[in-house]
Amino acid sequence: MLSKRIIPCLDVRDGRTTKGIKFRDNIDIGDPVEMGRFYYEQGADEIVFYDITASSDRRPIMLDVVRKVAETIFIPFSVGGGIRTLEDMRDVLLAGAEKVSVNSAAVLNPDIISRGAEAFGNQCIVLGMDVKKVAVSETIPSGYEIVINGGRKHMGMDALWWAREAERLGAGEICLNSIDADGTKNGYELELTRLISTAVGIPVIASGGAGEPRHLLDVLDRGCADAALVASMVHFGTYSIGQIKDFLSQNGVGVRGSW
Amino acid sequence: MIAILDYKAGNLTSVMRALDYLGFSCRITNSAEEIRRAERIVFPGVGAAGKSMESLRQLGLDELLRELFSSGVPILGICVGLQVLFDLSEENNTGCLGILPGQVIKFPEKMVSQRGDLLKIPHMGWNKVDFVKNHPVTGDIPKGSEFYFVHSYYPEPAGQDLTIGTTEYGITFTSAVACKNLVAVQFHPEKSGKPGLKLLDNFCRWSGVA
Repeated sequence: MLSKRIIPCLDVRDGRTTKGIKFRDNIDIGDPVEMGRFYYEQGADEIVFYDITASSDRRPIMLDVVRKVAETIFIPFSVGGGIRTLEDMRDVLLAGAEKVSVNSAAVLNPDIISRGAEAFGNQCIVLGMDVKKVAVSETIPSGYEIVINGGRKHMGMDALWWAREAERLGAGEICLNSIDADGTKNGYELELTRLISTAVGIPVIASGGAGEPRHLLDVLDRGCADAALVASMVHFGTYSIGQIKDFLSQNGVGVRGSW
Repeated sequence: MIAILDYKAGNLTSVMRALDYLGFSCRITNSAEEIRRAERIVFPGVGAAGKSMESLRQLGLDELLRELFSSGVPILGICVGLQVLFDLSEENNTGCLGILPGQVIKFPEKMVSQRGDLLKIPHMGWNKVDFVKNHPVTGDIPKGSEFYFVHSYYPEPAGQDLTIGTTEYGITFTSAVACKNLVAVQFHPEKSGKPGLKLLDNFCRWSGVA
């Protein structure tokens, strides 16, 4: 049976990992390539890199990171952030990523999903969704709305509708980020994750709110997520991927062994 | 030199990087001359069976693959590179290479897990491969190792002789086959961490005799 995936997420700015990440002595804490390798060795099932560099003229730096990561880790990895065109997708895939993640670009221009899927296959296209809880209304019947720009801009688009629409357009996977839970370390948004994951036929990666292994158990079990993104709980050395997996495994969640 | 067959089938560089990392020299090529000279062949693949067969025919690689299989050179098929070895694929109802007897069919709809959740298609992620027969290419891989899969179709060989590995996803399906100098896997060893690298390393040292 398919294992649930644990996916560390690295934010990269100008070719360096951001946030004061605390690693063991032998790791360059700012080098995304070394961090990728570190998590690969720890047993991560996949790795996500987000290029949070604002300007597109920095893209060659990110592509260089992707190339170097591809030389040292032999698990799937995806790259997101600032991907707007087929050309952007092609560059990242040719540099060695398995998947590309589109978020606000797809909200503004849904066509990019279908064109990307047609050119590179559905399995390559991950839809990133930033979602906020709002009052139920005629435009937002699920009570969850799509937002962009880090949650500052409400799009008047229902999250459940958008998830189904993205699947129809050819997205191969959804990375579902709750803006409300993000950064709280109080756990994932279970209700939202369950709502989306049971409504679509493609895998859903839960994101935002992870602070301890129990949160992953909750979202993978009750939240019906297929995978869970982790960031600060592993970046700060609070938990290793192995510790998280041991906990999940002891509690009946099928995860991949480390060999 | 190891030849990685180039027929526009997705990310060939990931196979090359894994072989480079293991220290084997390889080339991505569609030159018949170069392929014939290679000491072993990797036949990768991502995408649809129909398009893959079309490219293979256009490049003349369909005939070449049959010739290579008869020549005894070790061949490793990966993902769609496994699927098109069979007679027929349900995907776009594609006539394939017919090197191995059998067909490739789609996972049934509405499969459910033991606890009743609907199983998603494609089968994407890490899953166990149960190596049901010993083979040099799967030697020294710990029992219960998991590999990375991305596919909606699976092979159904005619007869059980070919199957060396099986995987469970709603049903039990063949995930690895072997026949003479040929081994083929439905998963992506180049993206399957240590067990995947071990399988590739074994293949690169294999004489071609099972």
